Amino acid sequence: MEKLILRKMKAGGGDMLLNFGPQHPSTHGVINFLVDTDGEVMRRAIPEVGYLHRSIEKIAEQVGYPGFMPYTDRVDYVAAMFANEGYALAVERLLKLEVPPRAQVLRAISCELCRIASHLVSVGTMATDIGAVTPLIHAIREREAVNDLIEALCGARLTYNYHRIGGVAYDLPSGWSDRVLRFLDHFDSLIQEWDRLITFNEIYVKRLAGVAVIPREMAVGYGLVGPNLRGSGVDWDLRRDVPYGAYRDFKFDVPVGTGYRGKVGDAFDRYYVRVLEMKESSRIVRQALEKVPGGEFMAKVSRKIKPEAGEAIGRVESARGEMAYYVVSDGTEKPWRVRARTGSFLAMGIIEDVSPGLMVADLVALIASLDVVAPEIDR
Amino acid sequence: MTPAEIHERLRARFGEAVGPLSEPKVDSFAVVKGERIAEVCRFLRDEPGLEMDFCEDLTAVDWPKRNVIEVVYHLYSYRHRHGLVLKVEADRAAPAVPSVEAVWKAANWMEREVYDLFGVAFPGHPDLRRVLLPDDWPGHPLRKDWTEADEWHGIPVVRENPLVELRRLDGPKLAEWARARAAAAPPAPKAPAAPAAPKAPAAPAAPAAPATPKT
Repeated sequence: MEKLILRKMKAGGGDMLLNFGPQHPSTHGVINFLVDTDGEVMRRAIPEVGYLHRSIEKIAEQVGYPGFMPYTDRVDYVAAMFANEGYALAVERLLKLEVPPRAQVLRAISCELCRIASHLVSVGTMATDIGAVTPLIHAIREREAVNDLIEALCGARLTYNYHRIGGVAYDLPSGWSDRVLRFLDHFDSLIQEWDRLITFNEIYVKRLAGVAVIPREMAVGYGLVGPNLRGSGVDWDLRRDVPYGAYRDFKFDVPVGTGYRGKVGDAFDRYYVRVLEMKESSRIVRQALEKVPGGEFMAKVSRKIKPEAGEAIGRVESARGEMAYYVVSDGTEKPWRVRARTGSFLAMGIIEDVSPGLMVADLVALIASLDVVAPEIDR
Repeated sequence: MTPAEIHERLRARFGEAVGPLSEPKVDSFAVVKGERIAEVCRFLRDEPGLEMDFCEDLTAVDWPKRNVIEVVYHLYSYRHRHGLVLKVEADRAAPAVPSVEAVWKAANWMEREVYDLFGVAFPGHPDLRRVLLPDDWPGHPLRKDWTEADEWHGIPVVRENPLVELRRLDGPKLAEWARARAAAAPPAPKAPAAPAAPKAPAAPAAPAAPATPKT
């Protein structure tokens, strides 16, 4: 049987069809793009996803509330902390559970470190996709340092499984705060080095500025979230505008795309917003470490988690934008339905309409600037 | 505005097509008549004072006992910072809900996902194809009564476990499948071959252990 996507491509012309992926390094995971080109210019590119579909939402219906937590790591394994937190928030809302202040601050610290780690991958691979390989090595070196810190905190470097329904799994290790502060001192200066090394490099700017512009209305209408939305000039950040957890107590700025080098909403804006966000994350971690409240790091939660029938949504500002878990309970020990709303899935929906007229090489810049992660698309 | 206030305005405009706001079991919602949903959504997006420009989530929940699939809309307004949850109940036998793709482009992929995993059709959708699963996948997995097929294009969905002794740990389904397979398979040729070399003159009539297929 001919694939429907092929039929669609052929119906729209399809003189020269390119398969871009699914095993191409710059697709950031296993995604296929069918590209219809006219020479070097794309008529359109249509993403074909699902290669990493593991039906995580169906698994949730079979493993019970606490048992699902490790699976959330696999929803977005580049920034697993947020998936943990979003799910925990949703179930805590169902249980009407108060999370102890210490746990909330630990969550914020772990999430912001994770955001740094995730954005480092994003900006590093972006440079690589454009053709500059060295910056990725710098970024990964720093990410390793963040991973070391997170490993000391929770024992894992990638799939953290750190947050729990009602708190977090472990308390701060002794001497850990000093290690983090030492790293942040080093890291703040590194961002300036990063800007000198790559961000304002003439060639790099020319590859990104004014490329793949997503205007504000389009970004909102297509449901883009997080840095992609802010890159298009929408001043919105859940941490500031609908604060959850400990975020009310922190002071930080929300970087918004202003057309730093090209137009508002171009690939450079989306990229640069992430660089600036890493600075803000560093600020948040510093403030949080200063005032970690005492007390428990885990609320009293019974072993059997059995919320009353009802439904709740838990939203967090993940590294890839708003991540929402919609949990429906039917009053048993297993959730009736768990839905993970992820930024990458919606970001894929916009590619078909942004791609016409772009050069083939700019498709790479577009994908990298949207910072999609394949498991988060496919779940 | 609170959800209650938004709901009041909806009731004033659409009357009985919008059901009452549910009592808040954490999040409350309103059930809308299926055929009016696109209209209601357009109103929510365009009406000054409401302006819900962000279709945050569009998903579905299967309720076999009530024989409905609920399509759930989480809507939000960036400008006014308020949100509302709407639901449409579709008949499980032939679920169809008008598409809201024309209102929010974000609905395009999310409706495709609901179509893929729940089998809800969205009349008016410009490109309703499966998104996560292959085009010819049998059934819609997030429905509660969905059962896994044994194979897909000759690819078995369960794999013979190399840790034969630990097989029982892998759940009843796999163990049952393995037992059936072992029973159906011809006697393993390996077992008699093993005592070929030994010097013992007395022929070992029967190998002690039942043949366990090893791969």
